[in-house]
Amino acid sequence: MSQLVTYALPGIPYGCVFALMAVGLVLTYKASGVFNLAFGAQAYLSAMVFYVAVHAGWPKWAAFVVAVVVLGPLVGLVLDRLLFRFTRTAPPLVRLVPALGLLIAIPSITQMIFGIEPKLGPPAVFLNPNMIYFRFAGFPVDGNEIATTVATVVVVGGLALLFRSSGLGLRMRAVVESPRMTELAGIDADRVGAFAWILSSFFAGLAGVLLAPLYAQLSASNFTDLLVAAIAAAAIGGFSSLSLTLAGGIGLGLAQEILSGYLPSGTILSSGLRPALPFIVLAVLLVVVPRFRLGGEVSDPLAACDPPAPSLDPPPRIAVVSRGARIFAIAVAGALVGSALSWVSGNWLFTITQGLVFAVIFLSITLLTGMSGQISLCQATFAGVGAFAAGQLASHFGMSVLGGMVIGGLLASAVGILVAYPARRLGGIALGLVTLAFALLMDNVIFPYSWAGNGASGLVVPRPRLGPISFGGGGAFFWLALFVLGVAGGAVWLIRSGTTGQELAAMRGSEVAAATIGIDVRRLRVVAFALSAAIAGVGGALYGSLQQTVSPNDFAYELSLVFVVVVATVGVRTVSGAIEAGLAFTVLQQIITSLPTRYGSLLAVVFGLAALSYVRHPEGVVAYGKRVVLDMAEKLVVALERGGSSHGSATGSGRDDGTATGTMEPDLAVGP
Amino acid sequence: MNASRAQAGPELAGLLVLEHVSAVYGPYRALFDVSFTVPAGSAVALVGSNGAGKSTVARVVSGLVKASGGRVLFAGRDITRWPAWRVARAGLSHAPEGRSVFATLSVEENLVLTFRQAVGRRGVADALERAYQAFPRLQERHKQLAGTLSGGEQRMLSLAKVLAVPQKLLVVDELSLGLAPVVVDEVFGALQAIRANGTALLVVEQHMDRVLALADRVVVLSKGRVVYTGSPEGAAALATTLVPPAGDDGTSRGGPGADAGDAGELGSSGLGEVSSPSV
Repeated sequence: MSQLVTYALPGIPYGCVFALMAVGLVLTYKASGVFNLAFGAQAYLSAMVFYVAVHAGWPKWAAFVVAVVVLGPLVGLVLDRLLFRFTRTAPPLVRLVPALGLLIAIPSITQMIFGIEPKLGPPAVFLNPNMIYFRFAGFPVDGNEIATTVATVVVVGGLALLFRSSGLGLRMRAVVESPRMTELAGIDADRVGAFAWILSSFFAGLAGVLLAPLYAQLSASNFTDLLVAAIAAAAIGGFSSLSLTLAGGIGLGLAQEILSGYLPSGTILSSGLRPALPFIVLAVLLVVVPRFRLGGEVSDPLAACDPPAPSLDPPPRIAVVSRGARIFAIAVAGALVGSALSWVSGNWLFTITQGLVFAVIFLSITLLTGMSGQISLCQATFAGVGAFAAGQLASHFGMSVLGGMVIGGLLASAVGILVAYPARRLGGIALGLVTLAFALLMDNVIFPYSWAGNGASGLVVPRPRLGPISFGGGGAFFWLALFVLGVAGGAVWLIRSGTTGQELAAMRGSEVAAATIGIDVRRLRVVAFALSAAIAGVGGALYGSLQQTVSPNDFAYELSLVFVVVVATVGVRTVSGAIEAGLAFTVLQQIITSLPTRYGSLLAVVFGLAALSYVRHPEGVVAYGKRVVLDMAEKLVVALERGGSSHGSATGSGRDDGTATGTMEPDLAVGP
Repeated sequence: MNASRAQAGPELAGLLVLEHVSAVYGPYRALFDVSFTVPAGSAVALVGSNGAGKSTVARVVSGLVKASGGRVLFAGRDITRWPAWRVARAGLSHAPEGRSVFATLSVEENLVLTFRQAVGRRGVADALERAYQAFPRLQERHKQLAGTLSGGEQRMLSLAKVLAVPQKLLVVDELSLGLAPVVVDEVFGALQAIRANGTALLVVEQHMDRVLALADRVVVLSKGRVVYTGSPEGAAALATTLVPPAGDDGTSRGGPGADAGDAGELGSSGLGEVSSPSV
């Protein structure tokens, strides 16, 4: 018993910080329907500002006021005003992608501003973290434990009072269901939303500065792990009850420390299970508790006030324009392949080959998210399974990577089924969280084993041979990558135009409607994951063979988030979008490596901020750009034709190209 | 005709005045130059076939959809650019089409949310009592989630708010949609009671017979334009000539907006109801 308490006591600060974060998370989720994955990043930002200010010789109270009381809420207000206010009634993916973008961008921006050198010994806000202040029933209680407990009790108590006296909780719940109906009750929904963001971002900032002194160094990854725990605590509270969330956070903090106390120290299990525990709890809760299953989500009855969403399918084009676009695309692709093999340096050939390999992995997201509307945050893990399988087969059985790629794909597919089967009833954000939990578990617990990813030392994945042909050289491997991409792209294209693709499209449109025409949505979800994971596995094996050595670091769980952001930003709906995303990803990375090291994470900033455009352009910025250019070309052609002959003959285009509001014919007027 | 009415004395007669209002949903235009007036304490019926723009008028009035042209005056003030919450605070209550209650809140929470705003924290208890007096059924179910109420009970809940705390104007959109005839009687009874409290009514309906009995004045919309303003008797007489035969009314061609927003209305074949009284 006394040993249990000894193990549990250091868990109190963690538990309190988890609880603070989780309460903030639930606040924004309740008020804006956004699952703010950027919360950990916001905590990191406040902790960093506090650190820098204290080291610059500011008094601690002043640093605290600037970092937590001013900056924290300000960030929340800005995010609400500029971004999340517009996503309140949007589908889950539109609410998730910008948050993911911020999760990636904010830490990188923070590092660019405050430098990348390690920030050692983060200061405590008050009380000396290492001093024993008193003994509780014989157990020593240090400054951290007192500080976090006091802060949590004061802040959460204040929140409870505020809720009771102002009716704010009721208003928040009303806004989540329907902002417009809340306005009809005379309540300014924007103000309720903004207030929730300010309040919750204050919680994030406070949690950030309280958490920082628990680690020897201020690093962004500690805060991402913190977010993970907070999500689990929020799930314990059913994403709505603040008191249960609080209890869940503290409970998780204690459980983590007790667990790591009793597990044999120094093993992968004890060092890996501790960070993965919250997400195991989360995954089990989401899968087992029926309340979290999708379908219970209430839609806004006033959604019809929005203008109809523009169609994502390309509009019919004038024959000249579509033929021109096709010729142009082929010319660009040809020029790219030609220059890759002729005049570019070996470095750039590698970069372009890498882009093709990433394009294969990204195709798995095209299939799963673009075609079927499922959110997966573990695609990098599937790729890792493929890569490690190929590496293990090559080193143990001397198997060629070409065979390893096929087996790796099959194995990844099996793993995909393993994840999707228990989660087959989940959709939307819940599914995304389960896959994130899985990625974290694999990353921390499975991949470090020597029979899997072999920890930090990694695995050798040789370049393959096919009879007399060796793919060892850069040019030969380029052709291999192009071939695999062609096969994978062709497969996705065939799936899309086949029955399965139509069923997947139906599932994306509406799961209920799909079920009414006889589609087994749960089975289909598993099928989609199996297909997608297979593609990712093949891509992962190819990536391994390109790099020649791979370690679990190459497939860390954060990478899955980056993948989703990159593909969603560039274009998630089309095969060409995946290829453009792959090339953009590696080419930009190559350009950025030539910049000073301070800007090493500029890529994350670029894509993170670009992801914010997803709210307006869910078809992807590149796809949107193409459409704008084609629209212009079409107008030009029509104008030329009209100028050429007196009988305007824009017969190829079946649509009215004047989208200005005044030009609609009255008989097309809609709205009851 | 409408314009001359509005000019006759907008400040005196018009609690709600629409002047040359137009509205759009993205590229689709829903209203063209709509003008009419709701005098204080009166009941005006807004009728027309599917897709005529009735609900859009209701949304423009309450600020949910912004007018792309023209002006909306309420109680002498220009509310055209006001956000919906400000319009609501000025005394204009809008019960939207379909589900008009918060499904995830309990019955009592639905009432408290509105009352706290309308009469302040102190007045909530009295207002609740008045609401429950009007509809004892709501008191029996005050802890139940509003989404689990029957369609009729949900309408009662919307109306109870206005009965307990009278507003200047109540805009109701397709209140009788999907209800059994007995329940429709009850709903229209409640509307009469609300009117007796001094609240003016703007009633969007497809049940012509019911609404003609209630209204002092009728505005008929067709394809986004006002085609008739006048007495209920005149509207009934005109109905056949105004409404085109089935299959030629825009719904058959319907734009994407019609599909997205109004599945329920399309299913109810309201057109027959509009033309039936005149037969």
